[in-house]
Amino acid sequence: MSADLNIILPEILLSVFAMLALLVGVYTGKDRTAPALTWITAGVMALIGLWMALTGEGTNAAFGGMFLDDAFARFAKVTLLLSGAVVLVMGQEYMERRNILRFEYPVLVALSAVGMMMMVSAGDLIALYMGLELQSLALYVVASLRRDSVRSTEAGLKYFVLGALSSGLLLYGSSLVYGFAGTTLFSGIVAAAGEGQTALGLLFGIVFMLAGLAFKVSAVPFHMWTPDVYEGAPTPITAFFATAPKVAAMGLFARVMHDAFGGLVADWQQIVALLSVLSMFLGAIAAIGQTNIKRLMAYSSIAHMGYALIGLAAGTEQGVGAMLTYMAIYVTMNVGTFAFILSMQREGEPVTDISALNLYAKQDPARALAMLVLLFSLAGVPPMMGFFAKLGVWQAGIAADLVWLVALSAVASAIGAYYYLRIVFFMYFGQEGVQIDTARSPLLWGLLMGSAAVMVLGIVNLFGIDGIAQAAAASLVN
Amino acid sequence: MIGIEHYLTVAAALFVIGIFGLFLNRKNIIILLMSIELMLLAVNINLVAFSSFLGDLAGQVFTLFVLTVAAAEAAIGLAILVCFFRNRGTIAVEDVNVMKG
Repeated sequence: MSADLNIILPEILLSVFAMLALLVGVYTGKDRTAPALTWITAGVMALIGLWMALTGEGTNAAFGGMFLDDAFARFAKVTLLLSGAVVLVMGQEYMERRNILRFEYPVLVALSAVGMMMMVSAGDLIALYMGLELQSLALYVVASLRRDSVRSTEAGLKYFVLGALSSGLLLYGSSLVYGFAGTTLFSGIVAAAGEGQTALGLLFGIVFMLAGLAFKVSAVPFHMWTPDVYEGAPTPITAFFATAPKVAAMGLFARVMHDAFGGLVADWQQIVALLSVLSMFLGAIAAIGQTNIKRLMAYSSIAHMGYALIGLAAGTEQGVGAMLTYMAIYVTMNVGTFAFILSMQREGEPVTDISALNLYAKQDPARALAMLVLLFSLAGVPPMMGFFAKLGVWQAGIAADLVWLVALSAVASAIGAYYYLRIVFFMYFGQEGVQIDTARSPLLWGLLMGSAAVMVLGIVNLFGIDGIAQAAAASLVN
Repeated sequence: MIGIEHYLTVAAALFVIGIFGLFLNRKNIIILLMSIELMLLAVNINLVAFSSFLGDLAGQVFTLFVLTVAAAEAAIGLAILVCFFRNRGTIAVEDVNVMKG
C-alpha cells in the first residue's frame, strides 16, 4: 500500500497543495492573495515536474495496474507541468491589470494539472474517466472565469456542453469495451482483444472512445468548440488551453490506443489517419479568413493536432516518440506566441485583431523578429525547430507505410504556411494604420525571446528531447 | 426471458435520444443538461447490465463513479448557465451566438 502511495506521490502532493491553497484563499478573504498564490502554484508545479524529471525511474504500477508510472507518463507530465507553470505566471500580470485574477484561478489550474497527470498515467478505464473529468470540470470553470463577460461565459457554456457530450461518448465506448473485454484494466483489455476474432462490440467501443478522445484533442470533425473557446476565454486562459491540456489529451490518446488496444493497430489506424488528414486540412484552410489572432491560433492548434496524430496513426514506437517530440516543441512555440499576444494592447485594452500588427516591425524590431521566428517555426519552415517536429512525424509515417498521409500533410502544411506568413507580411510590409502599444513586461519579453531563441538554437540537436521521447515511447509500445 | 441484449437495447435507445436531444433541441439550454444526464444514465444501465452479466463488480463500481461525476458536472453546468443568463438575459440555445463557430 505505501509503495502504491509512493508511486502517486506527485499527484498527492499537488492535490493537497491545491486544497491548502483553496483554504488559504478562502480564509484570507477575497483576491488579495491571488498574485502570490499564482506564483507559488507555478513554483510547486515546476518543482514537481523537475523532481519527476530528475528522479523518476523505470516502470511502476500502483493499485493493481490502475495507475502506471512509466517513462512515457513522466515525459508527458514534465511537459505539461512545466508549460502549465510558465503559462500561469505569464498571464498573472494581464489578469491583475484587468481585475480578473481570482484566487480560484491557480487552484483550478493546479487541480486540472492533477487531472492531466492522472490521464497520462491511467491504466484502467475508471482511472481514465476520473482523470479526464477532473481536468475537464476545472477547465470549464476557468474558461468562464470572466463572469461579467458574455463572451467568456458563452465560451464556458459551449465548452461545457460539447465537453460533456464527448465525455458521454467516451464513457459509452468504455462501457462497451468493459462488457466485451470483461475487465476495465488496460492490460486485461489488450489480452482479451488479442484472442481470436475481435468482437464487434469491442470495435464499436473503440470507435466511441476514439470520438471522445478526438474531442479532447480537438481533431476534426470534433473541433467545433475550439475556435469559440479560444476566442471567448480571457487570453491567459486561452494560452493555458493551447498548451498543457493538449499534451495531456495527446498523451491519453496514445496511452489508450497502445496500452488498451495495442493488438488492434490495424483496426484503429485508418480512423486516426482520417482524423489527422481532416484536422490538417481544416486547420489550414479555415484559418485563412480569420482576423482575430486567438481564433487563428485555434485553427492552428487544430492543424497541429493533425500533424501530431500522424505519429499516432503510424502505430509504432517511432511514431509515439515523434508525437511526444512534436508536442514538446509545439508547446514551447505556443508559450512564445501567446507571450506576444498577451502583450498586444492599445491604451491598456487588449487587442486581438491581426490588422493591428501593421508595420509592427518598425515600432519594435526585436519583438517582431522573435515573432517572425515563431511563426516560421509554427508554419514548419526549415531550419526552425517546428520543421524538425514535422520531419519526425513524417519519418515515422513513411516508416509505417503511410506515404499518402505524409504527402497530404505536406500539402496541408504548404497551405497553412500562408496564414502564418500573412502575419509576418503585415508586420513587415503592411499598410499604415492604428498602431498598438506593447505592454512593457520583462517577463513576457523574456518568454517571447526565450522561446524564439529555443526555436533557432534547438536545430543543433533539438536539446536531446527526441532521444528522451523515443525512450519514453519505448516504455509505452512493446 | 429478459437477457443482456434487452438492457443494451434500452441503453442504446436512451443514449441516442440523449444525442438527438443535444443536437435537435433549439429551445432551452436546460434541455441540453437533461440530454447530457440521459446519456450518462444510459451508460450506467450498460455498465450495470454488463456487470451482472459478467459477474464482475468493477462495472458497478464504475457506475458509482459515473453517478458522482455526473452530479458534479451538472452543478458546474448550472453554475456556468447562471453566469451566462446574468450576462445575456436568456437561455435559449439559438441565443448562444455571440461568437460564430
